[in-house]
Amino acid sequence: MTRLLSSLIIGAIFGLGIAISGMANPAKVLNFFDLFGTWDPSLIFVMGGALITTAIGYRIVFAKQQKPLMGPTFVVPKNKAIDARLIAGSATFGVGWGLAGFCPGGAIPALGLGYSETLIFVAAMIIGIIAARQANKRFQENAILA
Amino acid sequence: MTEFTPWASLSGGVLIGIAAILLMALHGRVAGMTGILSGVIPPLGTDWKWRVAFLAGAIAAPPIYLLLGGNVSFNVPVSMVALIIGGLIVGVGVFFGSGCTSGHGVCGMARLSPRSIAATCVFMIATFITVFITRHILGL
Repeated sequence: MTRLLSSLIIGAIFGLGIAISGMANPAKVLNFFDLFGTWDPSLIFVMGGALITTAIGYRIVFAKQQKPLMGPTFVVPKNKAIDARLIAGSATFGVGWGLAGFCPGGAIPALGLGYSETLIFVAAMIIGIIAARQANKRFQENAILA
Repeated sequence: MTEFTPWASLSGGVLIGIAAILLMALHGRVAGMTGILSGVIPPLGTDWKWRVAFLAGAIAAPPIYLLLGGNVSFNVPVSMVALIIGGLIVGVGVFFGSGCTSGHGVCGMARLSPRSIAATCVFMIATFITVFITRHILGL
């Protein structure tokens, strides 16, 4: 129960950060990328603030703690390979982000604002994740058969 | 036009960072929205509960902030078609790319993960090019 409550509160801090920062607003996100149009550099401050804070905090956490206070181990990706899958996937994500102005971390908190556009984007995004998962499963099954 | 908001954006960014630190220190997890969301899309694994709690908190925070007198600008300057196609493409991209702005751009970069640094550079450039094409070449 304590674990779930703490997760809820951490999620709320994340959502509050997204709302205050402007990341929940597609117009602001798209203007950040519109360097040769209506450029709004605000997102540099979001990314910079989040990145520097996290980098300092992670260092302290990993130096002082053997394990998380409420869990068995730190679950951190170990994969180091920069492969075609990572690059193609990230490029694809960028195209979608540029078309819609929403990224997953911006869209989920934006759901709370109650606009239908967010709901439509999130529904499409979840369908995209499910479709990619299925395609990936088929691909791996075929690879095993071959 | 959107208003340049360096202080609000910096404060929001720091809050996102604090959430990322707390999730790692307390639960040992990366605060990546792609990973957290994917874990609640069926078939469910064993650890979906904390994910649902995190998502519920993230969704509840903006309206609570509004109720307390905060102001959140929201404007979608793209068509419904762009939203739907963009959403589908984002879903496919973050699945194969194993993360998004929060997972790679904040948590992974903070760990100096080479994969996350590469992923972040690639999606930022792809987004920039996409916005340039849609706004300045296609004139959408």
